[in-house]
Amino acid sequence: MKVSYYPGCSLHGMGKEYDQSMKAVSRALNIELKEIDDWSCCGASAAHNTNFDLSVALPARNLIAAEKDAMDVMVPCAACFNRFKMAEHHLKADPDLKTRIEGAVGAKYQGGIAIRNPIDVIYTEIGIDALTAKVVKPMTGLKPVSYYGCLLLRPPEVCQFENYENPFMLDKMMGAIGADVKNWSYKTDCCGGSLSVSKTAIVVDMCDKLMGAAREAGANCVVTACPMCMANLEMRPSPNMKMPVFYFTELLSLAMGLPGSAETFKSHLTDPQPLLSQLRLI
Amino acid sequence: METFLEEVNKKIHGVPLQACYHCRKCTAGCPAAPYMEYNPNKVIKMIQNGQKEKVLSSSTIWLCLSCETCITRCPNQVDIARMMDVLRQMAIEQGVAAKEANVLKFHEAFLSSIKFGGRVHEMLMTVHYKLKSGDLFGDVDIAPAMFLKGKLSLLPPRTKDLKSVKNIFEKTKTT
Repeated sequence: MKVSYYPGCSLHGMGKEYDQSMKAVSRALNIELKEIDDWSCCGASAAHNTNFDLSVALPARNLIAAEKDAMDVMVPCAACFNRFKMAEHHLKADPDLKTRIEGAVGAKYQGGIAIRNPIDVIYTEIGIDALTAKVVKPMTGLKPVSYYGCLLLRPPEVCQFENYENPFMLDKMMGAIGADVKNWSYKTDCCGGSLSVSKTAIVVDMCDKLMGAAREAGANCVVTACPMCMANLEMRPSPNMKMPVFYFTELLSLAMGLPGSAETFKSHLTDPQPLLSQLRLI
Repeated sequence: METFLEEVNKKIHGVPLQACYHCRKCTAGCPAAPYMEYNPNKVIKMIQNGQKEKVLSSSTIWLCLSCETCITRCPNQVDIARMMDVLRQMAIEQGVAAKEANVLKFHEAFLSSIKFGGRVHEMLMTVHYKLKSGDLFGDVDIAPAMFLKGKLSLLPPRTKDLKSVKNIFEKTKTT
């Protein structure tokens, strides 16, 4: 299959491991990515916290650019995904707003392409069986908890994510690559990402709580699909609470034995390499 | 004259706040509630009572993380997350000083970065925030590691058609 691809600012900066592993996994699973021409930032929390029209217009510029290629757009960053879905939701619900936003962007919005996140694309379009068939190195000994966070799931009528209070797609994928996924009740709790820089003390508390719960569940690592959660969970927990955090695509890539899959582990802020070498996975 | 409640309802543009029967499910699930001056349910009550100044000058509206757990669990589909966005925007438009000033300064630095290059450059944005907030030493211990690991690029990324991005900012201006 072929999709439009919106990396967003994070995947070209702090979240480069997600971009690299996403591209490798997509190639291996025959998902062809066409980057949106001359994309711009989605506005993230900063726009919707301060100016509603701006928070719709910034993603709308990218959605309109993607419509030229007439393919569904895959958005790996959970924060960008959320802003794209929100913009779509408001543009389709409110004709006056749509007119205003089209005026600001200087082009018409058709609303004909679907916005998808890679968890859904891989789980639904590729499927667990096809993924299992590609595994050459089962992730034996790895005990992740799946951490979905907020932005892929909520609000549910906008994000339309499968089973939003107890999601399972990431858990099934981790199971397919041979990891011993641990169950926990913090899958969808917030890590505090949007206040990570400006109210750090609160966020340290929130991250410690999550890491403590992951340990209690018997996990030795956390798996995420959000660059905000990644940065936050790597940087903010107290030193004695930290544990390795992976983008799910990094682990898929490693399990499929894709070239260069060990490279992305080198730039993590909490080094996952000791755990992976101890388990003889790298 | 429009009451505070009517003003907020109009901007939320959805289920009116009168639909809230104060079950407090929003507050039970809110991860930021323990840190807030008034919890989310209390804010709804205060809006119903017309306590505009107290609400707009509270820390609560700036500590909301926009995790959207409240709207997900509200039995009456009251969009509390959107309400918080509306309150922050009203505070900005009406010149009420943000009680958590650094939260707003971070958003401003982020938006300046988009205006400057169309895409956010994390290092420039952080420097800009530090100058605005005066928080010069937070995270300075992490920055060298990020740089060595290639997470902070020196060259700011750019959208070629920057004019179209600047136009969006110009045409959506509220203050």
